[in-house]
Amino acid sequence: MRHFFILLKHELRMLFISPPTYIAAVLFLSLMGFLYWAILRGMVNTPSETLPTVQFFSIFWIPVFFVVPLLTMRSIAGERSIGTLDTLMTTPTSRVAVILSKFAGAYLFYMLLWILTIGFPFITQKLYPHAAESGALLEIAPLAGSFLFLATSGLLFISIGIFSSSVTRSQLVAGMLSFTTLFVVIIGGQQMGNLADASGDLSAWAIATVNYLQIFEHLDDFSRGIIDTRPFFYYASTSFLLLGLSTLVIEAKA
Amino acid sequence: METTPSIRVQDLTRQYGALTAIHKVNFTVNPGEVVGFLGPNGAGKSTTMRILSGIMSATSGSAWVGGTCVAQNPHEVKRKIGYMPENNPLPDDMRVVEYLRFRARLKEVPGRKLRSTVQEAMEICDLARTARRKIIGTLSKGFRQRVGIADALLGDPEVIIMDEPTIGLDPHQIQGIRKLIDNLRGKHTVILSSHILPEIERSCDRVIIINRGRIVAAGTSDELREEFLPGNRFSLIVEGDESAVSTCLEQRGLKSSILENTPQGENRARLTLRLENNGELGPQLIQALSNQSEFTLHSLASRVPNLEEIFLAATKRSWEETIETKPKISA
Repeated sequence: MRHFFILLKHELRMLFISPPTYIAAVLFLSLMGFLYWAILRGMVNTPSETLPTVQFFSIFWIPVFFVVPLLTMRSIAGERSIGTLDTLMTTPTSRVAVILSKFAGAYLFYMLLWILTIGFPFITQKLYPHAAESGALLEIAPLAGSFLFLATSGLLFISIGIFSSSVTRSQLVAGMLSFTTLFVVIIGGQQMGNLADASGDLSAWAIATVNYLQIFEHLDDFSRGIIDTRPFFYYASTSFLLLGLSTLVIEAKA
Repeated sequence: METTPSIRVQDLTRQYGALTAIHKVNFTVNPGEVVGFLGPNGAGKSTTMRILSGIMSATSGSAWVGGTCVAQNPHEVKRKIGYMPENNPLPDDMRVVEYLRFRARLKEVPGRKLRSTVQEAMEICDLARTARRKIIGTLSKGFRQRVGIADALLGDPEVIIMDEPTIGLDPHQIQGIRKLIDNLRGKHTVILSSHILPEIERSCDRVIIINRGRIVAAGTSDELREEFLPGNRFSLIVEGDESAVSTCLEQRGLKSSILENTPQGENRARLTLRLENNGELGPQLIQALSNQSEFTLHSLASRVPNLEEIFLAATKRSWEETIETKPKISA
């Protein structure tokens, strides 16, 4: 455990001194800011029933596709290609501590980026006080639900990135692998849901399975305040599995 | 009283698929010894070192570091070893002192000793004044190597393993590293591999020569000289009929053979002579070769074969042995 904290501290320090982190953060925040603005503009023209916050978080997958690979591709693949993973392995550190610290570092940064987006409604409120009068911008319940969703789904997304990074020594391959896997997990689940709806004659258990894997459905539930244990179990178990596999991979590929 | 050897390796074998990187390697290193690991590229030096440091597991055989078995208790072994890998990988965007503190924490140096341990390692490697706050990415090769060695020294390990510490350094830096290794003698057990043979000869107490995954020779350089290149060697320059030299020596009861004959200008040649006889032969030789009518002796020097020649002889012999042991195909 002591090693985990030493490594995590090192990991966070490295994240905060490396320029790619800031580039990823600037890209993320400017893209999300633009999207938030676009949502608000859309709402001015055509009134909508859903809250801007809910609409904003329903496009969570756009930044996930590029931020997660950018944050995680370097973590193990980069260390392996320059050889510092070897030097790390010669210290009395366990493999589990190495993987967990990489995971925790990337996860904390990922969450920090999302937390920064809370600034958007506040800025809007400051600039256009009359628009915020209805209280629609900063309604606490959907905001909390969405953040809970981001925090739990983030476990899976970051562990996909860490696992992709652990199987190769090329950062490019790691990045592509995590992008593709994220795409399959996020969009694939949605497509399966569409198929199930279209065919309509699936048995009950098949529908249950498909719903279990549907990340968008989870977000819908969370932002409406339905906190189900099944998504928690889904994200926690898959990320646990992926991190376990990553530990085995670095053990075997030393 | 028998002391526990710092390193004991028994029948260590490692295979990568069909390729055998090392085959039944055996050796022992005593506490405080500085041992050089020599071998051509791909001989299995790095593999042996990686197994000893616990990064890689062996296919069969066992290794003990300070009495602890590497396979059974790798964590304990890692506390006893300071390892500097080949090419010395370092994170480019950290400062020297930050990096060493981070490594010291990982190596379980207690918090109150952290500063003094890092400071001491930096002073030993001459980093404290010049490169303390520098970013590793901006350092020259020589300083990078020093950072790697300082890292290996942290936590006062029993055994220090360095894979090619002098690679790519200029002669001044090599001399610096040699002094550093000299300082470690007696306090730590040091194993280092190198291609630069004079380096090994000067800084190591004992040499292990490894070729194609097998140990072909082990011992002090004198012992190896005796085994692989026996007899006395002399280098002389003569003017006149050089073929008369051996006949002349034979008459005096000195059995000799000419190993090399390089003509030097007109009527003059540099000969490398090997005498079968043992003992101090210089005076006899001078006496035998002076005042001869067929040739004139210009210079005479005793020649001690360096490690390079021993290395070539040892690896050549092991090549021949492996060729001979292959089954012969009958026609």
